[in-house]
Amino acid sequence: MNTEKLGFFKSGTPWVWLNAGAVSISMIMVVGLLILIAVRGLGHFWPKTIWEIDYLEGGNQVVLLGERSKIEAVSAKQLVASGLHLDFEEEFVERTLLKVGNRDMYGVDFKLIVKPAEIEVRKPVDAIVFERTQWGNFYGFLQSINENGSTLAVKPEMLWSELQERLKRVDELRDEIHEIEKFDIGKINYKLEKLRLSERSIELSGIQDAEAIAEIAAQRKVLDDEYEVLKGKLGKLYVAISRDQALMTIQNGQEKLIKLAGVIKASKPNAMGVGTKLIHYFVNLKNFVSDDPREANTEGGIFPAIFGTVMMVLLMSVIVTPFGVIAAIYLREYAKQGFVTRLVRISVNNLAGVPSIVYGVFGLGFFVYFLGGNIDQLFYPEALPSPTFGSGGLLWASLTLALLTLPVVIVATEEGLARIPRSVREGSLALGATKAETLWRTVIPMASPAMMTGLILAVARAAGEVAPLMLVGAVKLAPSLPLDLNAPFLHLERKFMHLGFHIYDVGFQSPNVEAARPLVYATALILVVVIVLLNLSAIYIRNHLREKYRTMEH
Amino acid sequence: MAINTPVSDQVFRGNESKKIEDEEVCMQCNDFSLFYGEKQALFYINMNIPSERVTAFIGPSGCGKSTLLRCMNRMNDLVDSVTLRGELLLRGEDVYDRSVNVTDLRRRVGMVFQKPNPFPKSIFENVAYGLRLQGVSNKREIEDRVEWSLKRAALWDEVGNRLQENAFALSGGQQQRLVIARAIAIQPEVLLLDEPASALDPISTLKIEELIFELKSRYTVVIVTHNMQQAARVSDYTAFLYLGELIEFDATDRLFTNPTEKKTEDYITGRYG
Repeated sequence: MNTEKLGFFKSGTPWVWLNAGAVSISMIMVVGLLILIAVRGLGHFWPKTIWEIDYLEGGNQVVLLGERSKIEAVSAKQLVASGLHLDFEEEFVERTLLKVGNRDMYGVDFKLIVKPAEIEVRKPVDAIVFERTQWGNFYGFLQSINENGSTLAVKPEMLWSELQERLKRVDELRDEIHEIEKFDIGKINYKLEKLRLSERSIELSGIQDAEAIAEIAAQRKVLDDEYEVLKGKLGKLYVAISRDQALMTIQNGQEKLIKLAGVIKASKPNAMGVGTKLIHYFVNLKNFVSDDPREANTEGGIFPAIFGTVMMVLLMSVIVTPFGVIAAIYLREYAKQGFVTRLVRISVNNLAGVPSIVYGVFGLGFFVYFLGGNIDQLFYPEALPSPTFGSGGLLWASLTLALLTLPVVIVATEEGLARIPRSVREGSLALGATKAETLWRTVIPMASPAMMTGLILAVARAAGEVAPLMLVGAVKLAPSLPLDLNAPFLHLERKFMHLGFHIYDVGFQSPNVEAARPLVYATALILVVVIVLLNLSAIYIRNHLREKYRTMEH
Repeated sequence: MAINTPVSDQVFRGNESKKIEDEEVCMQCNDFSLFYGEKQALFYINMNIPSERVTAFIGPSGCGKSTLLRCMNRMNDLVDSVTLRGELLLRGEDVYDRSVNVTDLRRRVGMVFQKPNPFPKSIFENVAYGLRLQGVSNKREIEDRVEWSLKRAALWDEVGNRLQENAFALSGGQQQRLVIARAIAIQPEVLLLDEPASALDPISTLKIEELIFELKSRYTVVIVTHNMQQAARVSDYTAFLYLGELIEFDATDRLFTNPTEKKTEDYITGRYG
């Protein structure tokens, strides 16, 4: 018996089971995490049923309209303790978090209701949900459409399609307004600011250059005229967009006029089949990825955050790769191996263990205040006291993260260099190559897959880092992207949005946490997808290089 | 090391009667010693390596034959702790003189290593590597030289139609011949071969040996080998080294049939090693 037991242990079977178990637990956790994020986040975009509920509240019967966003079982005792009067004897009560929307009227988006007080529940086919630019969702029934204050004579069955027509028009107008405000006026403002700065720098130089100042004034006049033209155009557009209104009924027969100018999308989820819902789902998802955020980030899309994250990671890669590779080459190939190189190597490895917020503090102190401050003094004195590079921005954030990921790249590159067989180097040297030629022609190309591995690890780390970014340039809402059509196109000094910071902001800093929670999961999912895509492209490049510089396998 | 062939099997060649003293000297060692740190690895080697002949270094493992070979194109420069005494001359010039440019020296004295070490590039680029280092950029010239080298290395028939393939696609023997082609593409004066066939199968070994025989009409070849039959087959002169000392250096046939030193006789008859 005893020997049998021992034999079992000796056979290594338990060891195999242990290993396999560890692997499976890790796999299950990773997959579970992804599934959790995906379900919670992606569910948000599915058009939800609107319920109409006759509800008993404090003895009065009211009608509620909204989406059930969370259903949970709560102990009856707890409810009684919170002051609710219950006439039944169940231990647990089903409680619903009902999203009633209409924040402009009720003040809150959500209402907690308990199952026993629901008298009747209906699914009205005509219920409409408006997605609005302000005040969140609106739920109600369409009564009529007003044009310039007078009610349109439209047959009731045509009302819905009429509304859609008019929404389409509003949408086009809104795009036009956005185009003018963002691009045309934005461009003029950018140029005006440039003019102001050049005027100021003439002032600062102390030379009375009347000609230049006159020139600037003339240019400013041209821009001002352009601006006036655009302003007139905008005024007309604003009049046009606020032409239509929809008269809506909400609970208990109350009426409300909604300006179509503020409605982004109207839908009747209860009347949709699965196919239509699917279309709406993908449209919503697309808008989430491609739109700007609205209402303190709790609504709308996350495009600027995706863009900012990708830009920052790319810039970081561009900075960290040459730095890390060159440092590793010196350490491995040129430096005399001894106490000093060992010390440097230990320090580099330890850098990888420094908490990221420390890098943030360093970035703020050194890059932003010291370097940025001095750059402002030297090159942008005309803009002072408002900082150009002297406050957090894309460049400083990328540099800080480059510093953070430098050890990873150095270590990976060093390992790659160490793996190049001595025989290959000797082969090259024996042909009369110098050490530098050997490095450039043979060793570095052969070590390039290892460098890419370092870069992959660096990207994975940098894209997920939030803490240091809060100090060196990531913001809740950036007015403009760091890349646009105004020369010099790439604005390194600009602040940017970041997905990781966006998650934190929406999840914990927003005024409407409950409404924004699904967005947290959705944003987290997008962050994971972005990192995976960045990594996959790096891995693709690495595998390509590996194939190219495949070394002997004997 | 096992030696299993009687020496009397050796084939005698036409230049057997030639004496070292009559040969034109290509490389010359004068009291050449080498130390790894404190430890002396070569003791006062005196030897004249004749021009356009094949010279073999034999001896048991660790006797210093590879070390001596690697001194000839200064590959030992890569090792930190090496110090040298005495002279090593290439056509009368000291290889270790300060004025000598190491890369120029290595172009004149090519080397092929024990394990085939092609670069992870195409066959063509492997052979063109040395030419490109020298700054040859004329495409036509490079193509001609690559073809010439591959033909000299008896590889052209096998790879002539797939020059753009990765060199690692070749077999071990082909790789070794490719490396030799790579070495002769830059037309060195001396070719050092460090156990070039020890990692190869018998057929590939045979091909390499035939190639060495070919090469000596143009180059001075120095070959280190563990295989005494090989030394006897391919070389004109043989040096026997033992524990860092040059015991005997003579025409190959004489050394194998009628060694003057007892140690040489013991070694070639298999008494130790």
